[in-house]
Amino acid sequence: MRARMSAETLTSELTRRIEEISGENLLKCYQCGMCAAGCPAAFAMDMLPSQAIRFLQLGLVEEVLNSDTPWLCAACQTCYARCPKGLDLSRIMEAIREIVLQERGDYIDLGDLSPRDLAEIPQQAFIACFRKYTA
Amino acid sequence: METSQLRIPYFPGCTLNTTAKGFDTSLRASAQALGVELVELPEWNCCGATFPLLADNILDLAGPASVLVAAREMGERLAVACTTCYNVLRRTNLAIQTDEDKRQKLNLFIEAQYEGDLQVLDFLQVLRDEVGFEKVARTVKRPLTGLKAAAYYGCMVLRPASEVAYDDPENPRALDDLLMALGAEPIEYAHKGECCGSYLAVVSAQAAAEMTYSILSSAQKNGAQLIATNCPLCQFNLDSQQAEIGRRHTGYQTIPVLYFSQLLGIALGLDADDFDWEKHSVDPRPVLELVEPR
Repeated sequence: MRARMSAETLTSELTRRIEEISGENLLKCYQCGMCAAGCPAAFAMDMLPSQAIRFLQLGLVEEVLNSDTPWLCAACQTCYARCPKGLDLSRIMEAIREIVLQERGDYIDLGDLSPRDLAEIPQQAFIACFRKYTA
Repeated sequence: METSQLRIPYFPGCTLNTTAKGFDTSLRASAQALGVELVELPEWNCCGATFPLLADNILDLAGPASVLVAAREMGERLAVACTTCYNVLRRTNLAIQTDEDKRQKLNLFIEAQYEGDLQVLDFLQVLRDEVGFEKVARTVKRPLTGLKAAAYYGCMVLRPASEVAYDDPENPRALDDLLMALGAEPIEYAHKGECCGSYLAVVSAQAAAEMTYSILSSAQKNGAQLIATNCPLCQFNLDSQQAEIGRRHTGYQTIPVLYFSQLLGIALGLDADDFDWEKHSVDPRPVLELVEPR
């Protein structure tokens, strides 16, 4: 895609907000790609974890807010364990989910869950989903 | 059966009361056989099932903090069976120990004076460090000789390492060493701590199926006849996704996924009838028949 960079986007309000609520410094990342290489869910994502960080560094937040990457992060923290700069991407993904949830509401609808799933899946998975995917 | 030597407060967590009953029954019976008395907290609540990752999310720590307060009233240590609960309780405890702002706000909110002076232990850690795998090996009555088992740790006892790990986070040994103490042959493979997809099973079944497939097939390629795990959500994902994996990957052969405590109970010669085998999607009993009877 074509990215337009400007002083405004590089220091956007939204980028600062993501840094503030995640507690992480986005500029630590030097794009080595270790997070993307180790992420067990990367194959299903439309944007690699390292790409998401790059978009955020460039102030292109909307691209990340519209990506499915934060919703496929299960916070396993393999990226954090292996990041040479100690960046905890799972916190950044949580911050992005939080912003999207506050703006757009719930990501999952309880009514969509099948009776079979409700009966069989351990309730800890549902509780986790309510915490991660509802506003 | 020997007399009780170790008495320790115990937090089973929600899942061990529902989908993972076999984990709870086999763990309690095995503990008793090893002289460990697990004293369940008289009152407890859900740990919250995930550790909140946002810097200012203190409210989500109130649930696990209440559990810690109840445990501290019982003693200085808490044994936890579910690895998710272990992860959440341990990290919450650490936050209370090290973050004065969080400690003050939480104590005000849950009306407690808790300082974080509790040791939160995973049950496998209790087995390794308090009971000792040597003692476990000496107590074995029905060795799992010839059984090739893949130890699967999941994420929760490994990451973040600085907060929760009691083992090498990239090359964990505790479960492998236990399997060896039981007489089984732990196999080496690359996916011992790879995420199984966790709660993605609810929102993205296809991603979860592929994530579990990479773990299961890696274990199988390295000769595993079964997988032994310490996490109730991993057990569910690895076990129940296999029907979907079979539809997606032609020629896929199923492999049973057990709680390590079920294998422990069998090796200790306990009656395994109430280990809740019916809950397993892939029935482990045919593989277990390879083990010599008591």
